[in-house]
Amino acid sequence: MTMNLDFTDADRAFRQEVRDFLAEALPSDLRRKMVERRHLGKDDIVRWQRILNARGWAVPAWPVEWGGQPWTPTQRYIFQEEMALAHAPEGSPFNVNMIGPVIARFGTDEQKRRFLPRIANIDDWWCQGFSEPGAGSDLAALKTSAVRDGDDYVLNGQKIWTTQAQHADWMFALVRTDNSGRKQQGITFLLLEMRTPGITIRPIPSIDGIADLNEVFFDDVRVPVANRIGDEGRGWDYAKQLLGHERSGIARIGLSKERLSQLRHLEADLHERGILSDAERQRLRRRLAEVEVELRALELTQLRVVAADSHGGGANSAASILKVRGTELQQRMTELTLELAGPAGLPMPDHHHHDDRGADGWLEASAPFYFTMRKVSIFGGSNEIQKNIIAKTVLGL
Amino acid sequence: MDFDLNDEQRLLSESVNRFIADRYDFHAREAAMKQPEGFSREIWAQMAEMGLLGLPFAEADGGFGCGPVETMLVMEALGKGLVLEPYLATVVLAGGILRRVANEAQRAERVPAIITGDHVMALAHQEWPGPRHTTNRLMTRGVPVDGGWRLSGAKVAVIAGHAADELVVSAATPDGVGLFFVDPRADGIVRTTRAGYDGVRLADIAFADVHLKASALLGTAGGGGAVLDAVFEEANAALAAEAVGIMQDVLGMTADYLRTRTQFGVAIGSFQALQHRAVDMLMQVELSRSMAMLAAMSLDRPTGERRLHIAAVKAKIGQAGRFVGQQAVQLHGAIGLTNEYKIGHGFKRLTAIDALFGDSDHHLDMLAEAGGVPAIA
Ligand SMILES: Cc1cc2nc3c(=O)[nH]c(=O)nc-3n(C[C@H](O)[C@H](O)[C@H](O)COP(=O)(O)OP(=O)(O)OC[C@H]3O[C@@H](n4cnc5c(N)ncnc54)[C@H](O)[C@@H]3O)c2cc1C
Repeated sequence: MTMNLDFTDADRAFRQEVRDFLAEALPSDLRRKMVERRHLGKDDIVRWQRILNARGWAVPAWPVEWGGQPWTPTQRYIFQEEMALAHAPEGSPFNVNMIGPVIARFGTDEQKRRFLPRIANIDDWWCQGFSEPGAGSDLAALKTSAVRDGDDYVLNGQKIWTTQAQHADWMFALVRTDNSGRKQQGITFLLLEMRTPGITIRPIPSIDGIADLNEVFFDDVRVPVANRIGDEGRGWDYAKQLLGHERSGIARIGLSKERLSQLRHLEADLHERGILSDAERQRLRRRLAEVEVELRALELTQLRVVAADSHGGGANSAASILKVRGTELQQRMTELTLELAGPAGLPMPDHHHHDDRGADGWLEASAPFYFTMRKVSIFGGSNEIQKNIIAKTVLGL
Repeated sequence: MDFDLNDEQRLLSESVNRFIADRYDFHAREAAMKQPEGFSREIWAQMAEMGLLGLPFAEADGGFGCGPVETMLVMEALGKGLVLEPYLATVVLAGGILRRVANEAQRAERVPAIITGDHVMALAHQEWPGPRHTTNRLMTRGVPVDGGWRLSGAKVAVIAGHAADELVVSAATPDGVGLFFVDPRADGIVRTTRAGYDGVRLADIAFADVHLKASALLGTAGGGGAVLDAVFEEANAALAAEAVGIMQDVLGMTADYLRTRTQFGVAIGSFQALQHRAVDMLMQVELSRSMAMLAAMSLDRPTGERRLHIAAVKAKIGQAGRFVGQQAVQLHGAIGLTNEYKIGHGFKRLTAIDALFGDSDHHLDMLAEAGGVPAIA
């Protein structure tokens, strides 16, 4: 095989099919919210997920018998890119990328039948109960205890940073069933209903002015043993599977491309309106070119990983490289938008007067978006942790 | 060359820092933010009592006749507390205009009440859509009419504009930029209170054919642009000092966190990657402190030299503040992203400081055009 930059005809046809569908199916109000970086509510996400599900594209990476698509890694990559370029919402990562694949792989037949169709359609909204006050990067240090009592586990302890727990019907959680061995042992993976007595949720307001983070407390919460994934004490293995993210998506190149093209629009528009001087425009264009060069380098790196996946190989450290550089680029672009807003971007969005500024909705969204995007270098394995992984696995340090 | 404070300045610095340490911890700040005006009138009155609101005003006007070094010391301390009270708006911005162009009668009517904390003022200058930083390209118009002026236009994100007893409004007149005293309760004015992302309360203010008396004009119609240039230089020197206070505080909290947060069975401060990051932060704080001092020492220099020195200061402060703020959040992990913890608020205020009165890029452009930073002779 020789090196070749082009997609195959089949891939191009697939891209067109996805593009046509999205042009038709994505509701314009959702698209507008996405363009203006406004906060999406639960309803928005559910609505879009169900549109995708009706088309059979809500959970393409799942096994085919549970609603997945037999796509090649390249097609999966194309699908994600087209979704981002069309300003389509991303759906619930907890449902689609995390708990669904875990149940599909490690769940019992009964669990699969019971949960998977509802997960795909977001009939149940799921949240992730992993982190605890003392267990962040060092997740295996988690302490929430689950003690067997007849057909139940009885939970006591606390989770933190639980995104959208306030919306959730179910939580997948890591709990400690044994303290005696290595800390990675003795961890068990449970599914628990958020309405179970003994669960309390406290919202934590975040710096972008939104309260999507929560603390979740467990006080003698009873969870049926039937809601355990796999074996007691092996939860760490299942969780690692889940945290190993889909490699073709982690850098979110499509999203960055879409943001870059929006910045280009903004640059032209603000120049035309006399807000940017010629010199300022020139400087911005140069910065955008710099970002684009980095993005292209990342895209090609990503495509190398996709191609290696297609041939069934490839080094795992690639995911860490893509995560670090991909998140740095996403953050860089939020800085550029923030700079464009300047002092007129100081007011926080006011949901009562939202439409006052019409096409300039980006102005007040730019700072909150810049603030919240600091998270991408912290979660999903912080960028420092990713560098530790690369140092160890690639460089042998 | 001398970087030392005199005894009075040292006393001032100690007393403001003590005041902030005793009276303005994070919870006090949260409580102030929840007040109807978004700041505490009680704290404001105490600041008046300490004499802080009168520092830069002339003794003849009832003030203390202090200079840029005193303002630097106060602003640095206010930065440590992320103070929400309208010191910048009233004392530095509006006060700076009063000191420069108000006549004796205009000053006599206002300065004593400012000093006692009974007259909050705000400068309404920023517009949208318009250049992010300009002192002379304005859409708000001041049209001369019989016996006065007619003001129309709109200002956005006016710091303390919601609480101001009086505004100074910049407007384009047939002779150039003019500055006007405006009563915010006058007919034709609509004020919308906005929450700034840094916790500082703002107002969007619309002026529809507002009638002003002839005596509302400050200085000359046409002289306003130069006044604003000079006042923004002072404001940027003040903001540089505030930023140093914030960065120092944020660095201290981060170092404490590195010492106390354990993961993998050890303090995260034992990881060399994080140690070096904290040291990079410290270096930026020290360089910024030097620049804040340069700003204070440059303010009484000749215009050209002053302007370029301040440009260098603001360019540096913007970049350093961004780095220090981002890294403080990163090293705290998720807790850095909550509104319940001070780090995130420091990060946001540092972001606002870069955006105000010309960001880092704007000032680098100025220096590039001028061919560089003046030598220190
Ligand atoms: C917006 C947001 C949403 C989240 N949603 C969820 C959720 O839904 N469910 C859930 O379970 N969790 C969630 N999390 C938690 C997330 O997984 C943790 O923030 C992450 O694991 C980091 O842990 P920590 O915040 O406790 O930081 P810490 O682990 O305490 O890290 C603090 C700092 O130390 C550094 N550090 C730690 N260890 C090392 C090391 N060995 N070498 C070098 N540096 C190191 C880190 O990189 C970081 O800079 C969310 C977090 C955020 C920010």
